[in-house]
Amino acid sequence: MQEAQHFKDHQREAKLFRNRVLVMATFMLALVSTLIYRYYDLQIVNYEEYATQSERNRVHVQPVPPTRGLIFDRNNELLADNKASFTLSVVSGDAEELNNTIELLKTLIEITPSDLGKFYKAQKQRRHKLDPVPLRYRLTEDEIARLAVNQHLLEGVEVNAELVRNYPHADMFAHVIGYTGRISEKDMDSFTPEQLQRYSGTHAIGKSGIESSYEDILLGEVGSQNVETNARGRVMRVLDRIDPKQGSDLHLHLDTRLQETAVAAMQGRRGAVVAIDVKTGGVLAAVSNPGFDPNLFVTGISYRDYKNLNDDIDTPLFNRFLQAQYPPGSTIKPVIGLAGLHYGFTDVDRAISDPGFFTLPGSSRIYRDWSLAKTGGGHGRVNLKVGISQSCDTYFWDLGTRMGIDKMSEFGAHFGLGQLTGIDVPSERKGIWPSREWKRAAKGQAWYPGDTVNMSIGQGFVLATPLQLAVVASTIANRGVRYKPQFVQRIGDKIHEPIIEETMEMKPEYWDAIFDGMAEVVHGPRGTARAYMSPGAEYRMAGKSGTAQVVAIAQNAKYNSAMLQERHRDHALFIAFAPLEDPKIAVAVMVENAEGGSSKAAPVARWMMDAYLLGYSLDADEFVPPLGFHHAAIIKRLNNYIAARNAAREGKPAVEPVKNTEPVPPASAGIDAEEGVTDE
Amino acid sequence: MSRQDFLRRMPEAARAFSRPTRLAERFHIDFFLLLLLLALTTIGLTVLYSASGHNLPSVEKQASFFMIAYATMFVVAQIPVDFMRRMAPFAYVGGVLLLLAVTIFGDISMGAQRWLQIGSFRFQPSEIMKLAMPITIAAFLSAGHLPPRFSRVLAVLVLIGIPTALIIEQPDLGTSILVATSGIMVLFFSGLLWRYIAAAVAVFGASLWPIWHYMLHDYQRQRVLTMLDPTQDPLGTGWNIIQSKTAIGSGGLSGKGWMEGTQSRLDFLPEGHTDFIIAVMSEEFGLLGVIFLLTVYALVIIRGLTIAVKSQNTFGRLLAASVSSTFFVYVFVNMGMVSGMLPVVGVPLPLISQGGTAIVALFAGFGILMAISTEQKRVMTPQP
Repeated sequence: MQEAQHFKDHQREAKLFRNRVLVMATFMLALVSTLIYRYYDLQIVNYEEYATQSERNRVHVQPVPPTRGLIFDRNNELLADNKASFTLSVVSGDAEELNNTIELLKTLIEITPSDLGKFYKAQKQRRHKLDPVPLRYRLTEDEIARLAVNQHLLEGVEVNAELVRNYPHADMFAHVIGYTGRISEKDMDSFTPEQLQRYSGTHAIGKSGIESSYEDILLGEVGSQNVETNARGRVMRVLDRIDPKQGSDLHLHLDTRLQETAVAAMQGRRGAVVAIDVKTGGVLAAVSNPGFDPNLFVTGISYRDYKNLNDDIDTPLFNRFLQAQYPPGSTIKPVIGLAGLHYGFTDVDRAISDPGFFTLPGSSRIYRDWSLAKTGGGHGRVNLKVGISQSCDTYFWDLGTRMGIDKMSEFGAHFGLGQLTGIDVPSERKGIWPSREWKRAAKGQAWYPGDTVNMSIGQGFVLATPLQLAVVASTIANRGVRYKPQFVQRIGDKIHEPIIEETMEMKPEYWDAIFDGMAEVVHGPRGTARAYMSPGAEYRMAGKSGTAQVVAIAQNAKYNSAMLQERHRDHALFIAFAPLEDPKIAVAVMVENAEGGSSKAAPVARWMMDAYLLGYSLDADEFVPPLGFHHAAIIKRLNNYIAARNAAREGKPAVEPVKNTEPVPPASAGIDAEEGVTDE
Repeated sequence: MSRQDFLRRMPEAARAFSRPTRLAERFHIDFFLLLLLLALTTIGLTVLYSASGHNLPSVEKQASFFMIAYATMFVVAQIPVDFMRRMAPFAYVGGVLLLLAVTIFGDISMGAQRWLQIGSFRFQPSEIMKLAMPITIAAFLSAGHLPPRFSRVLAVLVLIGIPTALIIEQPDLGTSILVATSGIMVLFFSGLLWRYIAAAVAVFGASLWPIWHYMLHDYQRQRVLTMLDPTQDPLGTGWNIIQSKTAIGSGGLSGKGWMEGTQSRLDFLPEGHTDFIIAVMSEEFGLLGVIFLLTVYALVIIRGLTIAVKSQNTFGRLLAASVSSTFFVYVFVNMGMVSGMLPVVGVPLPLISQGGTAIVALFAGFGILMAISTEQKRVMTPQP
């Protein structure tokens, strides 16, 4: 009975169990159906959507940055090229992993707090969790090697090469070529959609100088490529590619040797030198001293470096040839003389008697000529030639006053005074060539006769940049044909045509008279610059000195008084061109606080003209750099040149030109000081 | 006609076929199940090679785990079923003690305390519990009348609850679900009264709110929320689900081809070689591949349930049914979570996902099935 019961239990249990298995199987079937439906829904119904999403994950369009065009001087010397710079970027998955990575990196390479600050800021702005964020720029080869060795420990760390601008001549051309810098947020905001597209693969943009004004030409056209990237954004392979178009190369009128000569001749003094090719308006040399190293700006200048440059009392960032405006002083006298001839207020021979001072009719104010203080008297009989060569103020006060403000104002415009020269770099300043209207607008005052007196010798309201003075010299040399000054000679293979701004109609003998006067400045027995310019000259030249008064410098605790005193001295100016018979080069020189235009600025012009017309003719056995002159590269080149030239001379003594003494004799002989200062 | 005569008349090929069957029987091997497992193993290694990024060493490592797993299965298959039943209390107590040891001494890895290190041997005691649990509950229930009385049901719930709670504490939600499920399955197959089941469902439904607020960890809650709407945090917690759905969906009907899955090859798919491996397979072999895999899984489960139904003793029956159903839960939870149907709990895809002790535990389960299967045959066909 009990056994039967037990047996029956077994049967029932088995049946019960089979039922449960059936229920479970049914339940499972339902769940599997749900599962299959789910996969069917994903893989068949919504296939398109997910396939697209997967493709979008996989394939990315990447801009391929174009290579920036190179910049050469007229002799194919490289002034700006591109070199590889290595950047370290980090892909940061989660915070802890990132911290470990950075701690490890700190043991391998130098990472400053400022690098980290920028990194975390950029990291917050990244569009995708796995976007690489740059941490360090300009890795050294050592650092790259250390990173490579430890690569297996550095998950998510990448080193990318990028071409960045390089300026092999460092500060020599800083104010001409300018520099490129990282595209800033401000730049981005000002971009048009087309520009955003063009710059999509590029990190640098021209910020100043040629780099900025020829940005469009140098940049090139962006290419693109479809790449397969992994989830960390690393490119696994390139699927297809449209090549970028390299930016066009620029060939400049600049002559590196001439630029070096200018820097050498300036001997570390503050100032500016501009040399212009008379026949084209091409700028052969443009120096603003001191310069700065534009390479500092390329991948972002450090705060410290920038502060040093910005706080320097010598203002190395200030472009003196383009933006410094000075009263041109006596350098403007040839223009006034020419105006007198042109409007018939004087002729070549008309002379006045100079008592050493000038008074306006009906006024008791005495304007003293510089000779009054020097010799106690005047220049005696003074015609145009003597007026220019001896820089007689009285002659031009008389001429200017008779001519009047309106005529002078009108005539100065033919030389580009008071106007932008239109040179092909940005941020030029236009100086002031005053008129009645200008004074009323700017000062709210009427034009007084005294203003005319000041204006006739380039003082008072008159302001001009060294570049404008070079244009004046060049226009005189060209007998009235005024070219727009330009740096660029050739874009790619295309000649960048010279542009004539204006051709003046004037009697040739007027030009001859001015040429005569300016030649006398250099070669005449009583020429102001004779002692500094003419010795050993192998060609004839024309020049005019000047002195620019210094506007009072604001008192500042940073500058001590001795320094201030030095900086209150007048600036020395000189304009020149040569050869006299067929001028090829025009030069303007400004040396800050050097006082003597003839003694301090004129020798620089002579160096320039010698270098250009005679070749690299530093006539010395060795170039001994003056104190504080630190352009090692220039010193080396000049000495190499001198050695080569001496060797050539010894080989072929017959070809040796007229025996020269030193081109720049010591400032002992001749007239010490020249122009006076109006004493009002 | 004697058996000898019958064999003599069989063609040569059939005789060759019949020998391994007999051999298999002698060694307690269920030939059909073995064939299915070999198929799954092959699929697993193939997909893993692609999912691991053509990493041969990792495939070789997995293959060696399979070797150990097959060996374990053969050993387990030799154990008499009744011995398993008698050993149940020791297995259970031992398992719980090891879980306690983990809580006290265990290694913490990836934010969870799951591992126990003995010498150079490192393993997860929770894996032992995956088998100890159904054996224990089956042994306990088969000892009494079925369907179980209420008091015994309560006792079972306590037996299930202790190790489950310990595993949740580690925390390892996925394993705790599987361990609890293996116990509950036994309860279900023992004929638990429907009204108890209905009551349990009701209580579970009512306790969802307190569980959500008081019992789940933040990351677990986040997983549920992410499942509901992965786009809310596409770069954070939603990333895995978005990428795995993209991988699955972009596979289409027939897939992108073996080793051509871009989502996994390009690292968009996280955990592509472990828990999310079905996404790789779906991407490379498409819906057809998924259905093929499900078919093999279904055959394994059907085979397991068949063994259960054919088993003549209650303990074997319950155990076999539980092991088979738990295997189903593995598959369903994994494929459901990867496709965004269920929240992400750490459940691997059985025999396909990379893993060591988990695979050995699974094969030990199949060893149990084989032991039950061949024991029943032993009973049915008397030895000559």
